[in-house]
Amino acid sequence: MNLSNMFGPFIAFARRFPLATNIIRRLLLSVVLLWAVTVMIFIGVEALPGDFATTYLGQAATPEAVANIRSDLGLDQPLLTRYGDWLANAVTGDFGNSWASGKSVSDQIEKRLGNSLFLALFAALIAVPLSVSLGVIAVRYRNRVPDKVINILSLAAVSLPEFFVGYLLIMLFVVTFPTAMFPSTVYDDMDFLSRLEAIALPVTTLVLVVLAHMMRMTRAAIIQVMSSAYMETAELKGLDGLRMIIKHAAPNALAPIINVVALNLAYLIVGVVVVEVVFVYPGMGQYMVDAVTVRDLPVVQACGLIFAAIYISLNMIADILAILANPRLRHPR
Amino acid sequence: MRLKEIPVSVWIGVTGIAIVVICALFAPWIAPYGETEVVGDVWGPASAEFLFGLDNLGRDILSRLIFGARTTIFVALSATLLSFSLGIVMSFIAATNRGWIDLGLSRINDLMMSIPSLIFALVVLATLPQNLPTLILVMAVLDSTRVFRLGRAVALDVAVMDFVEAARLRGEGTIWIIFKEILPNTLSPLLAEFGLRFAFAILFLSTLSFLGLGIQPPSADWGGMVKDNKDGIIFGISAALVPGAAIAVLTICVNMVVDWLLRRTSSLKGGRGDA
Repeated sequence: MNLSNMFGPFIAFARRFPLATNIIRRLLLSVVLLWAVTVMIFIGVEALPGDFATTYLGQAATPEAVANIRSDLGLDQPLLTRYGDWLANAVTGDFGNSWASGKSVSDQIEKRLGNSLFLALFAALIAVPLSVSLGVIAVRYRNRVPDKVINILSLAAVSLPEFFVGYLLIMLFVVTFPTAMFPSTVYDDMDFLSRLEAIALPVTTLVLVVLAHMMRMTRAAIIQVMSSAYMETAELKGLDGLRMIIKHAAPNALAPIINVVALNLAYLIVGVVVVEVVFVYPGMGQYMVDAVTVRDLPVVQACGLIFAAIYISLNMIADILAILANPRLRHPR
Repeated sequence: MRLKEIPVSVWIGVTGIAIVVICALFAPWIAPYGETEVVGDVWGPASAEFLFGLDNLGRDILSRLIFGARTTIFVALSATLLSFSLGIVMSFIAATNRGWIDLGLSRINDLMMSIPSLIFALVVLATLPQNLPTLILVMAVLDSTRVFRLGRAVALDVAVMDFVEAARLRGEGTIWIIFKEILPNTLSPLLAEFGLRFAFAILFLSTLSFLGLGIQPPSADWGGMVKDNKDGIIFGISAALVPGAAIAVLTICVNMVVDWLLRRTSSLKGGRGDA
């Protein structure tokens, strides 16, 4: 059997359903990427210089003590064996025990992941529609006063470190005009409204950080579309500015905008880490930073993997949405 | 290009950067007090003697700010330079060799970019020893992925242009072509990218220091100063906001210059877009 016969059915399928083929290809790619990330996070990191046992014991690192700790933690096993065990457990949601506290990593993550997602979700819910509409406004009034104001403000906002925005807000809304609460502690039996009140400032910080990036890129994406020939036609046949944008530019700008949004949700992931530390919010980011300072590798690896998985899934969803938004793939010839 | 055509925002940006660089270069002569010298009460208020007040240990914030400029600029600049050299060399290797070298490098690059840099840095810094060279190296390697992507695109783009072809047919050598034909034509986007990466490096370094994983005390750096003084905020002491504002101002200055460079590049290409 030759090669074309073997792949014949696949090629026929791909011709007939280009949409499904593209989506399946994208899904497979994400799985491969995620696997590669596990290799990098586990094997790559363990191959780096630095040894937990020696760091942990410090001055008291006699060879026997180091050997004891290494065997307690299972570090005397070959790297590939440990990777296999770790991956097999991680797939079932078990990330082992923390080296520092000896407690289950998964239990902690279970509590904190929800908190972090809650924070990020609200930030995204506010930031995405706001930034896209600001981007459209900037394009509508391109090179006029509103565009210039938005441009200058967003350039400044892009340059602000997350923690500075956070502390500025605390200074304003907790110290000078006491309206918000700090620290943003949340606990299990807290009702929804007081939870919202607690996250008001962290969410505002995240929105401010992401907004500018997202808006600038939306503006660039729409301008790219605006400079195409059919937009010139629309302009020449006398459509007014806003209708031109909504009817002609927006459908074509959808795919790039989806990409921009997904890309910027990465800022959200990074922002969550810093913002949680600023506002003493019990989420994944703070858990990870604390673990890094005491070199608690199982916790760091678990958190890193989860953050990476979220990021990869976001990008995958964005790509699939972009594929769905592409009319050329939706209607095969 | 005439000097008059440069907009005001660029002059503001250049002035800001110049002030910080001068502070960094001549810190011991400019700073009124020493970097780690305790000169008064904890969180003493701002006065004529201490322009921005004192920090959590009673050190002069202005002096630490000036010394901090030194650390911050040095680390951010070395990381950016290193990441640029690394990214450009790798991308040119990929672009000139093509084939499996290009494929391999590009896939590794994609893989590294599939994790947000801060998360990646946290994972790596959890095992690596805590010192300055390591920090610079980690920042540079993580950032070089973006330079690689741009460098490869630019190199592939320019290498097939008519004027490069013409130079090759004239019998010019590869090095001559790179320096006399390719580099002048790619300078503007590369310079803009350099500025962008530098601004990013300042923010990234500050964030790491703020999280306690960057530059270690007692040497002053702006992110670390925010961390040192953050507990004062809730009592209305603005000591942590001063270094935060310094980071913001410097980054805004760099971005204003970059913004103009990017605009200039896109207008060179012609067309209706100004993005």
